[in-house]
Amino acid sequence: MRYLPLTDTDRQAMLAKIGAASVDDLFVDVPEVARLDGPIRGLPMHASEMAVERHMKALAAKNLVAGEVPFFLGAGAYRHHVPASVDTIIQRGEFLTAYTPYQPEIAQGTLQMLFEFQTQVARLYGCAVANASLYDGSTACWEAVAMATRVTKRKRAVLSGALHPHYAQVVKTMAHFTGDEIADALPAITAEPDLDGLIARIDEETACVVVQYPDILGRISDLTPVAEAAHAKGALLVVVNTEPVALGAIMSPGEMGADIVVGEGQSLGVGLQFGGPYLGLFAVRDPKHVRQMPGRLCGETTDAEGKRGFVLTLSTREQHIRREKATSNICTNSGLCALAFSVHMTLLGERGLRELAAENHRLACLAADRLAKVPGVEVLNTAFFNEFTLMLGGKPAREIIRDLADRGVLGGVSLGRLYPGVEALEHALLVAVTETTTEDDIERLAQELEASIKETV
Amino acid sequence: MNAPNKSGWKPEMSLAESGFLGGPVTTTGNRGLMLEEPLLFEIGRADVTGVDLPDVDPAAPTRLGGLARSEAIGLVGLTEPETVRHYTRLSRQNYGIDLGFFPLGSCTMKHNPRLNEKMARLPGFADIHPLAPQSSVQGALEVVHQLGHWLCKLTGMPAVAMSPKAGAHGELCGILAIRAAHEARGDAREVVLVPESAHGTNPATAAFAGYRVEDIPATPEGRVDVAALKARLGPDVAGVMITNPNTCGLFEKDFREIADAVHAAGGYVYCDGANFNAIVGKVRPGDLGVDAMHINLHKTFSTPHGGGGPGSGPVVLSEALAPYAPLPFIRKDAEGSFYLVEEENREERGPSFGRMTAFHGQMGMFTRALTYMLSHGADGLKQVAEDAVLNANYILRSMEDILHAPFGASGPCMHEALFGDKDFTNGLSTLDVAKGLIDEGYHPMTVYFPLVVHGAMLVEPTETESKAAIDQFITAFRAVTERALEGDEALKQAPYYSPRRRLDETGAARKPKLAYEG
Repeated sequence: MRYLPLTDTDRQAMLAKIGAASVDDLFVDVPEVARLDGPIRGLPMHASEMAVERHMKALAAKNLVAGEVPFFLGAGAYRHHVPASVDTIIQRGEFLTAYTPYQPEIAQGTLQMLFEFQTQVARLYGCAVANASLYDGSTACWEAVAMATRVTKRKRAVLSGALHPHYAQVVKTMAHFTGDEIADALPAITAEPDLDGLIARIDEETACVVVQYPDILGRISDLTPVAEAAHAKGALLVVVNTEPVALGAIMSPGEMGADIVVGEGQSLGVGLQFGGPYLGLFAVRDPKHVRQMPGRLCGETTDAEGKRGFVLTLSTREQHIRREKATSNICTNSGLCALAFSVHMTLLGERGLRELAAENHRLACLAADRLAKVPGVEVLNTAFFNEFTLMLGGKPAREIIRDLADRGVLGGVSLGRLYPGVEALEHALLVAVTETTTEDDIERLAQELEASIKETV
Repeated sequence: MNAPNKSGWKPEMSLAESGFLGGPVTTTGNRGLMLEEPLLFEIGRADVTGVDLPDVDPAAPTRLGGLARSEAIGLVGLTEPETVRHYTRLSRQNYGIDLGFFPLGSCTMKHNPRLNEKMARLPGFADIHPLAPQSSVQGALEVVHQLGHWLCKLTGMPAVAMSPKAGAHGELCGILAIRAAHEARGDAREVVLVPESAHGTNPATAAFAGYRVEDIPATPEGRVDVAALKARLGPDVAGVMITNPNTCGLFEKDFREIADAVHAAGGYVYCDGANFNAIVGKVRPGDLGVDAMHINLHKTFSTPHGGGGPGSGPVVLSEALAPYAPLPFIRKDAEGSFYLVEEENREERGPSFGRMTAFHGQMGMFTRALTYMLSHGADGLKQVAEDAVLNANYILRSMEDILHAPFGASGPCMHEALFGDKDFTNGLSTLDVAKGLIDEGYHPMTVYFPLVVHGAMLVEPTETESKAAIDQFITAFRAVTERALEGDEALKQAPYYSPRRRLDETGAARKPKLAYEG
C-alpha cells in the first residue's frame, strides 16, 4: 500500500513499546457490538495507480467538456482562460499541503498572500477591508445578510428579484432557522431592472437590501439611488457580484454606496469544476464594520526583531474563541482558491483586468448583435457586461438548451432551469460570453439556435 | 524528513555561539536561501501585465449603461517570470506536509497523494459547468453518487448529503436536519447539548441554527460524563453533538448507551466526524446510533488543506433524518441515468430543508476523495486507521515518562495523543514548546485545545509517517520538553530559525491593518 510507510517489523516493534499484543488491543474501547471482523464488505480492495486512473478517466469521459464545444453558460459560474502558471503555483507543496496559518512564524507565505488577496478584493470592490474568503458566493451572500442583521439589530432582508435564485434559496434556508424575515421576489422580464419597485420595498424594519450587479439577467444599473434609499431607512446595501471580471469595466459597488459587497471569485484562477470548490468574496466599505465581519482576517504586524510580518487577527469574532457567541460558525476559508484568484489577478494587474473585461464585453456585444438576427429571438437587455438574456419568442428555453446540447452546443442557461414552474420565465435564455468564446462559436450558436427554434414546437 | 542535527548546535548554546547571529549583515536582509519577499503592491506596476490580451480600443462602442469605470481600480500586475518568483519565494516561508512531519492534532495532516490532484484536473471533471444539461454530465453525477456510496458503506448509514462545503458547513447541515425533523413533528425544542471538549464550531453551529447551547462536563478519564448527560435529557433537548473519537483522542465507549438515551428522550445524535480517520474501516458510526455525522474529506480522505481550505463536509444521515437532507441530491432512474433532485422535483424533494449552497458541493474534492478511496480500498482504509492509532499510541508511550499525559491511564488513545504543560517550570508553557519545535524543523502540534486540559498539546502523527520519522520527532519533542521542564529561559524567545520570530498578535488586533495602504 503505497501511502503507508510502516512495515510489519515496525508495527511489531511499536506494539512492543506500547505493551500491546496486537493492534486490535488499541481498539479495546470500541464496544463489542460495533467491532467488525474484517474489511467492510461490498467495497473493492486496494488498487494500483494505473487501475484507479482507468476508473476515473472512464467517468470523466462521460462528460461533455466545456472547452471542446461552443460554450455559453454563466449564471454564477464563468469559463475564463486560466494562465498556466496559476496551476503550477497552487500545486507547490508549501501552499497545497499547508494548514490554516495558526503558527505564523512558519506560515508567512500563506499569510502574506492572504494580505495581498484581501487588498486586491477590497480594491476591486471599492471597499476598505475584505476577508480571507468564504466557501462561495451563495454562502457569502447569506453571511452578508446575517452580518447586516447584527449591525442594524433588525431582522428583515429585502432581496432584489434579480438576485441569483440559488443565492436567494440559500438565504431563505438559513433565515428559516434564524428567524429572520426574507422578502424575496421573482425577476421581472424587463430591459432594465425595476429599482423604484425595489426601493419601495425598503422599510424601517429592513436590515438590508440585497442586489446583484450585474444581475441574474445580466443587466447593470446604477445602484446609487438604492444605497441612498437604504441608508435613509437605516438599512445597509448588500451588493452581490458573481462575475469579478465585470468590475474591470464597470464602476465598483463600493463607489455606488454599497455597505457590504460579496461575490463569487471563481472566474479568476479557479475554473468551473462542476460548481466547487469556489471562492466566496466578502468586503465592507466602512472599516467600522470590521468587527462584525465573518471569516478569517489577515493583518499586518511586526515580529520580535521588528520585521514586518502577518498574522490571522481579530479572532475574538471567531468560533474557536467565542464558541456559541461567534459571528459565524465558519472555520475553513477557501485558501487555495484564494491563492489561485490572487495569482491570476497578479498576472492580470490593473491593465490586464481592464483588457480582459473589454475583450469580454466586445465579444458579448458581437454575440448579442448576431443572436438578435436569429428569427424569433430578441435581446432583452439595454445594458450588459458579458451576459445577457435572450427571449425566444414563446419557445421553451429549457427544451431548446437540451436540444442544443444534443447538437454539440452548450448554449446557455435557461431561466426554466433556474426558476422551474414559473411560466413567465420559461422562454428566456441566459447567454454568457467570455474571452474564451470565438467568433466561430457565436456563429455556430446562432445557426443551431435558429434550427432548434424552427424544430421546437 | 528531518535529519538529526549534526551541525554541532546544542540547545544550551547562545545564538552567538551557534554562529547564527554571528554572520555578516546582508544588504538584502536575505540569509542565503532564507529569502525576504516584498509585498506585491511594492513590486507590481499598474501598467504591467503577465497576460497577453488585445489592447483596449477606447473608441469601441459599449453597452455598459453609462457605468464604465472612470477611476483606477488600484491593482498592480507582474509579468509571468516575476509572478512565478514572487509566489515561489512566498511558498518557501511556509511549512507543509511535503516538507516534514506535521502533527497538528484534530487536523489530520496526512500525505496528499498526487494521483488525486491529477484526476481532479481531468477536463471531464475540471472543465464542466454546474448548470450544464444533466445528460451532458452523467460521469460527474456518477462520481458524486459513487463517493456517496462509499461514505454510506464506510459509516453504515443509509443516506448522505453531499453539498456541504466544509466540516462546519456539514455540522450546520446535520443540525438543520435535526431541527427540521423536530419541526415536522411540531415538537419545538430549544437546547443542544455539547461536551466542553468539543470543537468551537459545534456550539457556534448550534447557536447559529437558533439553539441554546449547554455544556456537558467530562469525566476525569476524558470522556463525556454519561450520568450528567442523561440527567439533562428531557423534552426541551433537541439533540447532542459528540465528537467520536473525541478531542482528547479517546473513543467514547459509552456512545451507544448515550445514543439510546437521547433517542428515548426524543432527541437526535449528531456525531462530529472530524476524527473519523481513526476508525475508518474499523468501526461504522451507524452501529453506534448516530443520526448525522459530517466527514471532512480533507482529513480522513486526504484532500489537501491548501493553507486553510477548500474543505468538503458531506453528512451521512440516519433513516430518521434522511428525508430532510438539503437540495440538490442525486438519484438514479430506472434506466440507470443520474439526475439531480432540486426545488422543482416537488414529490421527490419531500420535506428537504432546502438549499445550503448555490451548486452541488465540492466536486474537485469529490474526485480527489474517490481517487483516494479506490486507491486504498476497504482493506487499505482499515490499515489506515490501524496505523494512525498505532503511531499515536507509540508517541503517547514514548513521551509520558517526562510529559504530563492527563488521560494516559485511561487506556489506549486513538489517532492522537494528548499532553499538558503542568510540570513546566520558570513560567514556561505549551506555547514555548511549540515554538521550540519550530526551531527543530517541525510544525507544532495543536496547542491549547481541547480546553479541558491545561496547556493542551494534541499530537496527531497520522498513518503516512515512517517509524524513523516518528522516532526523530520523539527525540526532538523530548529534548524540547526537557528544556521546558528545566526552565530554559532561551525557549521563551523561540523560534530563532524561522522566517519570522514571534509576531505581535496583540498589536495586530489593537490597530488592525488589513489591507495595503499606499
